[in-house]
Amino acid sequence: MIRIIICLFFLFSMGCSQNQNVLIIQNKGSDTLVNLAQAWAEDYKNVNPQVALAVSGGGSGTGIAALINGTVDIANSSRAIKEEERVEARKNTGHDVKEFIVGMDALAVFVHPSNPLQGLTIEEVACIYGEGGTCTHWHDIRGVKVPGCKDNKIIRVSRQSNSGTYQYFRESILGKKRDLKLGSMDLNGSRESIDLVEKTPCAIGYSGMGYLNPRVRALCIKKDPQSNCIHPTVETAMNKSYPISRELYMYTSGYPSERVKAYLDWTQSERAQEITIKAGYVPAPKGQYGN
Amino acid sequence: MEIKLTETPPLTMEWRKKKGSKPTGERIIEALIKIAGVSSILLIGAILFFIVKESYPFLMGAFDFKEFFFSTEWYPASVVKIRYGILALLCGTVMVTVLSMLIAVPLGLACAFYISEFCGPRLREIYKILIEFLAAIPSVVWGFIAIMMINPAIIKLFNVPIGLNILNASIILALMSLPLIISVGEDALRAVPETYREAAEALGATKWEIATKVLLPAAKNGLMAASLLGVGRALGETMAVLMATGHSIQIPQSIFEPGRTLTATIAAELGESPKGGEHYQALFAIGLVLFCLSFIVNLTADLLIRGKRQ
Amino acid sequence: MFRPSNHLILKEIKEKKLKNLLSTVTFFLFLPALIIMLWLFVKGSSALSLDFLFMDPIEGMTAGGIFPTIVGTFWLVIISVLVACPLGVIAAIYLSEYAKDNTLTRIIRLAILNLAGVPSIVHALFGLGAFVLFLKMGTSILAASLTLSVMNLPVIITSTLESLKAVPQSYREASWNVGASRLQTIRHIVLPNSIPGILTGVVFSVGRSAGETAAILFTGVAFYLPFLPQSVFDQCMSLSMHLFTISTQVVGVPDAYPYATALVLILLILSMNSLAVALRSYFRTRRKW
Repeated sequence: MIRIIICLFFLFSMGCSQNQNVLIIQNKGSDTLVNLAQAWAEDYKNVNPQVALAVSGGGSGTGIAALINGTVDIANSSRAIKEEERVEARKNTGHDVKEFIVGMDALAVFVHPSNPLQGLTIEEVACIYGEGGTCTHWHDIRGVKVPGCKDNKIIRVSRQSNSGTYQYFRESILGKKRDLKLGSMDLNGSRESIDLVEKTPCAIGYSGMGYLNPRVRALCIKKDPQSNCIHPTVETAMNKSYPISRELYMYTSGYPSERVKAYLDWTQSERAQEITIKAGYVPAPKGQYGN
Repeated sequence: MEIKLTETPPLTMEWRKKKGSKPTGERIIEALIKIAGVSSILLIGAILFFIVKESYPFLMGAFDFKEFFFSTEWYPASVVKIRYGILALLCGTVMVTVLSMLIAVPLGLACAFYISEFCGPRLREIYKILIEFLAAIPSVVWGFIAIMMINPAIIKLFNVPIGLNILNASIILALMSLPLIISVGEDALRAVPETYREAAEALGATKWEIATKVLLPAAKNGLMAASLLGVGRALGETMAVLMATGHSIQIPQSIFEPGRTLTATIAAELGESPKGGEHYQALFAIGLVLFCLSFIVNLTADLLIRGKRQ
Repeated sequence: MFRPSNHLILKEIKEKKLKNLLSTVTFFLFLPALIIMLWLFVKGSSALSLDFLFMDPIEGMTAGGIFPTIVGTFWLVIISVLVACPLGVIAAIYLSEYAKDNTLTRIIRLAILNLAGVPSIVHALFGLGAFVLFLKMGTSILAASLTLSVMNLPVIITSTLESLKAVPQSYREASWNVGASRLQTIRHIVLPNSIPGILTGVVFSVGRSAGETAAILFTGVAFYLPFLPQSVFDQCMSLSMHLFTISTQVVGVPDAYPYATALVLILLILSMNSLAVALRSYFRTRRKW
């Protein structure tokens, strides 16, 4: 019996190892970017079958750390690299870090469609989510009454505290010196957040803009009470009038090798940008990509 | 000639003794067998060692006993002040475990009684296969069921705003630990000698009386062990509770509020915390707490089962 | 003449009621299992097709199939069994054939019990600390499989032990008395007679590892890989992890997909378990004692 299993196993592993001569580009980092990088990786198989991209997440920090150690070809990051990281990378690998802006990400704040609320100011979002914020019920915000929500209590849907999305949301709503309130539902992913808000009239949540579906309603956001209320769209994110949007980066150690550069350039092609929008992100504004 | 039969292997037999002892090859193999035999001790030791090793810098550094166990503030990524308080997580774990056991233990034991005392051999076989089936559903599928099936059911039935809460996780955990409780409980009941039942029946006792007055006291320890093993299962479950509890850091005020458990916290946060960082080490410290909790529960269950045998 | 007294009749009625109550409780306990199965089937069957089973996930995992996850699950399960099975069987042989009733044996038993009770996420932490980092395997199939085999070891030991104990002592004595050594007895008498029980335990443990998620989360499973694993040092995708990601993280997955994935996972495990149950009953009819 054991012999049979071993034989089967070897047959099985041989059957799986036909494509030995594929070049692998290691691509690691931001969990915000991982979905997009994966969608690109998948399509790039058709563009250049000789190159395969191994995409993994782990957070922007892990990606940049791997770049410093020289274990990845491309590091994904949803924040700009810090100066000390650049210095360290130069010391370790002997190359300057090259930066590419491959796309943009905008966070939409959304509620159940039965919620009468149309827009919020950043300050009100901070009042709901921020530590010390006093808005615990919907009527605390301009007296809103949400039909179908019995006690009118706000159910805050958030993400786990070390995810890139959480940290970016915190930074853009509260700045660098305040925390989010505990007691929110810290879900594992955008899909779960949206599914939950969709079924819960009392809830409010946030996620990457492109993930929204018609069963939840995105709110327009005012930077301050006087300014216009801006809806999250591809245009408003690209011209940065929507307040919660940011660049997404890919970093390479030194000037990228030909095959890596070919891939990075491809991410700015029309086909790749279609994928970008479909995956819930915003293409990089023209001329910002870097070279 | 008198033939003396032996009840131990022929090491003691004359011809072996004369030759000296066993051949070297056999000795080596037996030594290897012994090493494999103690492998579980080595593994348990290794688990403890590596968890302590990874959490050691945290335990020696940022760890503050009072904050760790008595603060509800779990702020591993705070920009103001990083705090590691697991009280809320501990409460979540305890609440979910207790509630799930309140559901599963009576039902499971009733079921064990039925399967062991009342039903015929054919039905028993069917139920045993069903138990194995229930035990085979993996935890991530249970989590999926919690989100897609139990969540809307709770919202509808109890008219509460949110269905991912302590109750949801408890129902899932109860269903997950039932197979274990039933099969260990049934083993305990079957271990009661048949003569006990016969004696009671001869005295005119009904099955109910036999069950409560003879079997229950006789199998008490085994049944308690069954419940404790259920507790251990509920305590350590990860993926299902990660998906079912609502994952919210607070001490739940009712069973309809979301909470968060120790296991789910590790599963949700470890992936994105840089290796070797303080947060990463703090998560290993939670692992250490879990290891100790499950060790205590399992040890007690073992002592109870051993007590029964004596 | 000997009519049962009212008291006795009442007792009998009470007993009937009790039996009915208990049987209803038991029945309703198993109802959920059946409902769940049916519900997964109804919701998932629309997506279930050969294409679903044999295609790669495409368009950001929102379309296509689940082939790499099935391959990955097989890799994990097979390697973990290859490691856990010999170790577990030999450990059980030691316990059943060599160990004396002393403190060491008691500690071993306690260790097995605790190993079985350690939460899966703690196994994951151990796998991460020991295999991935300390032994420098990196996040790889090897590290994940080893973690799984540590988890499965107690299951295999316990079931093997049971089937070794079921071999009558007289068989061993007969063998010893014709001059066979302990080891020869084990090889030629004890093991052949307990193979069915051992197999049953192993197959059950295969089912268990196929469904495990937490233990492989940080030790060897990738979110997405565009290629199949080439060696044990690669990462892989797995069915259980895939179900977790598409039901919580990936937006835009058709509604039926997670159901179908769950269904495939359960069917895979159930077929393993049915194989185990079939093996068990087949060998039980052939048992010689």
